[in-house]
This record gives sequence, C-alpha cells and structure tokens, in this order.
Amino acid sequence: MTRVAVVRFPGSNCDFDALRAAQRAGADAYFVWHRDNDLDRADAVILPGGFAYGDYLRAGAIARFSPVMDAVAAHAEAGGPVLGICNGFQVLCEAGLLPGALMRNAGQRFVSRPVDVRIEGVETPFTASYEKGAIIRVPIAHGEGRYVATEAVVRELEADRRVILRYLENPNGSIGNIAGIVNRGGNVVGMMPHPERAADPLVGASAGHGVFASMMTSLERLKQGIA
Amino acid sequence: MGRYLIDVRVMPRERLLDPQGNAVHHALAALGFDEVAEVRIGKSLSLAVDAPDAASAAERANVMCERLLANPVTEDYVVVVEGEA
Repeated sequence: MTRVAVVRFPGSNCDFDALRAAQRAGADAYFVWHRDNDLDRADAVILPGGFAYGDYLRAGAIARFSPVMDAVAAHAEAGGPVLGICNGFQVLCEAGLLPGALMRNAGQRFVSRPVDVRIEGVETPFTASYEKGAIIRVPIAHGEGRYVATEAVVRELEADRRVILRYLENPNGSIGNIAGIVNRGGNVVGMMPHPERAADPLVGASAGHGVFASMMTSLERLKQGIA
Repeated sequence: MGRYLIDVRVMPRERLLDPQGNAVHHALAALGFDEVAEVRIGKSLSLAVDAPDAASAAERANVMCERLLANPVTEDYVVVVEGEA
C-alpha cells in the first residue's frame, strides 16, 4: 500500500481535503502532527493549505522550524516526493526546499475563486498523469500568493523548465504568472492552487484529481524501480 | 552581562512591489496629503536581549534576522541597539 503523510500544523485547514483526495486516488493516507519527527514510513508527503501558526511573522516562517520539517527535509533529500499546497508551498519556500518566496497579492486582496492554470511540467511526481499544455480549472484561496524570486532564480527556473503550473490570467502579481514550481531534484513541488478542493465530481470539480493520480502512478514506478 | 533593548526593523526590499504601502499611500492622497511621495510598510520588532555588551547583543540580533526574523529573498533589515534596559 502506498503511504502518504499529510502534515498538520496548528492552523492547517485543508488537511482533511488533502487526506481525502489522496485516499480517493488509492493511497493509504494518514495525518502526521507537526511535533512528530517521524513520517511513519511515508512514500510521499503533503503539506496542506491553511494558516500554520496564524501566518505570524510571515506565512510559513514559524512552521518551517517544526520538528516534522527535519523529517520532511530528509525525505526530500532522499528523493522522496513532497507536495506543498498553498500554505504548504509557502512553508517549503521558507524552509529553503524550494527557491523564492510568496508575498502579499499585488491587488492587496485575498483572492478565492477558481482559476485556469496550464500544466507546463509533466515530469514531476504530481503532474505526470496530465498532458503537457493541458489547462485545468482549480481553486485558489490566498492573500499571499505573489511568487517572487531573484532574476537569476527565475531565469534558472525557466531555463530548466521547472515552472510546472502557470496562470492563464495572473490573479496575484506573480512573476512570470508562476503558479507552481519544482525543485532541482524534480521531487519537491509547490503550488498555490488547491487541487485537493477539485478532486471529486461530488463537489462539482475534479480537474485536480490528476495531481493525486500522478502521485500514485509515480510512487508505483518508484517502487518498481522504474525511474 | 546586561539586558539590551534592540529594535529590529524589517522592510520589504526596495524594488519589490509593496501593495500595502501603495494602498496607504492612496488613502493619504485621498485625505489631501499630496506631499507624500511614497509609503512603504514593514515591521518593527522590539527585543530585550541579554548579552555581555551592546555589540554582541547586536551581533546575535543579526543572526536572528538571518535565520528567522527577515526573509532573505524579499526583505531587508536594520538592527539598532536602543540602550540598556
């Protein structure tokens, strides 16, 4: 059984959605509390959305020092798949597992609505089952989703094709319409949109299911030793 | 050993858009304060730090900024020792 750890910080609020989306894709998904320093033999880790530690100081700034983050970093270092959604993306950036940072939306307002994003990278464990160039509609819900990074980092991301999700219409002022990226190792993914909120026809949208289906397929391949 | 009061000022990096500052700038203009050319909003943290002297208190505060208080990608910071508590 494929084991997927969903990390819960105080203030996480998309944890159940992430758990359910992973389970729906067939994973043995379970919660890991932020104080645990063990991922309990996870094959993949999801850092869900929310407002860990109330976004005090900066979104993700305190959460990155949670004991569980050492285990997440070790898992990532070993090549294990990690997905950060929204606040989880902010935590991964603060932790230095992904480059750049997420700042206050250019329009100053919290934006909560479905948006269209293009899948530009299909070589990650969380996008592999999509067709390159596919456009999916998924919800965003954030006040601090404006992706920023140094020019050198943005150049590198673009040159290495590590921008994996891009907004068709920029909702927050992100540089290059960036909605999601992957690390150099190709195993740590961060995205502002919420695929877990659109992963079941029951809620009227299922375009995000592919993220979790991709995860399952990729983990299966990893297990079989097919890179 | 003394206790030093330290003001850490964290500001969004100069060339980065500061939507909060812009909104306040517009509000000031609406109130008739046309003389305001720019507003930028950051945060100020007051720390009481135990250290042998002011210089080492400031040095520790700088390390705190590097590790936690400021984001090296988006923010600049200034550490000012305001005096002994």
